[in-house]
Amino acid sequence: MKRCNDVCCVCVGGEMFRSALGKTLGFVGYTIQYGCIAHCAFEYIGEFVACSGPSMEPTITSHDVVFSERLSRHLCRIENGDIVIAKSPFDPHMNVCKRVIGLEGDKVCTSGPSDIFKTHQYVPKGHVWLEGDNLRNSTDSRSYGPVPYALIRGRVCLKLWPLHHVGALNQSPTGRVVKRSD
Amino acid sequence: MAQQAGAGRRYIRAFVSGFFVAVPVTVTVLDRFAYVARVEGASMQPSLNPEGNVTGSDVVLLNRWSVRNYQVRRGDIVSVLSPKNPQQKIIKRVIALEGDFIKTLGYKNRYLRVPDGHFWIEGDHHGHSLDSNSFGPVSLGLVHGRASHIIWPPNRWQRIEPSLPPERKPLLNWHGDTTEEED
Repeated sequence: MKRCNDVCCVCVGGEMFRSALGKTLGFVGYTIQYGCIAHCAFEYIGEFVACSGPSMEPTITSHDVVFSERLSRHLCRIENGDIVIAKSPFDPHMNVCKRVIGLEGDKVCTSGPSDIFKTHQYVPKGHVWLEGDNLRNSTDSRSYGPVPYALIRGRVCLKLWPLHHVGALNQSPTGRVVKRSD
Repeated sequence: MAQQAGAGRRYIRAFVSGFFVAVPVTVTVLDRFAYVARVEGASMQPSLNPEGNVTGSDVVLLNRWSVRNYQVRRGDIVSVLSPKNPQQKIIKRVIALEGDFIKTLGYKNRYLRVPDGHFWIEGDHHGHSLDSNSFGPVSLGLVHGRASHIIWPPNRWQRIEPSLPPERKPLLNWHGDTTEEED
């Protein structure tokens, strides 16, 4: 009789172990599944970005939260005047938020607004010209030159925070965006 | 009849849920961990595609996990998003990292210091390769993957070890880490 009891105990223990294992495996599976779905959403649909720094004032101020969509970058639909998030060409760990002034083949003004001598340059193939809206306080293509298109991560399409400014973003206040005839 | 409809619905539900597992997992693995690509062109001869297109082109495994922090070594073969055409990826050898002084082969400056956050890439087949000698140093943010194995054709299956042509060693490193130049 005693012996039979022992067997039953072992049997129940095995069952518990098996169900715990099954639960753990299920949990790991769900974690992987939702992690992958999250990765795809952030990589191909869009992501939320908290901005810091003065270079895009007054359109985007420090500590604003914006939504950046990835689709138009993958479909090559970035246009002049769009605000984009791009990897900094000199530090790939850092992202910059700037406005696209000119696409490949456009003639852009490379000097600041207060310079006496205006200098112009054509944007080379596969590159874009990025500038901040706050021209006096922005490190952008005027100092490091045209940026490869592939460094662009996404296009900022919505401002989400602060709450009284929710909605689309303003047009460029500087008037330096190259207008395309087509 | 009702039983059949129920079975069909169950089948569709299983298909949809399987779809929602398989597609994101596949995309994530390809984006984060590893990626398989066919090498086209003669720019990396003799390391890749040694016989041109006579026997078909090589297929390499691109390790994306090892470049997640943008860490590449001199001599690695890496795939890079082309700075000239964002749709295209190019596969080249890393010659110099940021801060290295190098002698260029036909770039506008004969000697050059690779700027911060950039690296210098060249094809092994000099003169038949569109590389840094034509478009200059490349930003580290454009690195896409490191070629770690040749997986096709099967008789060339091998791991790719970093190797730097001795005549293309950097002349001087600005940051002063001489550990790699000693050997």
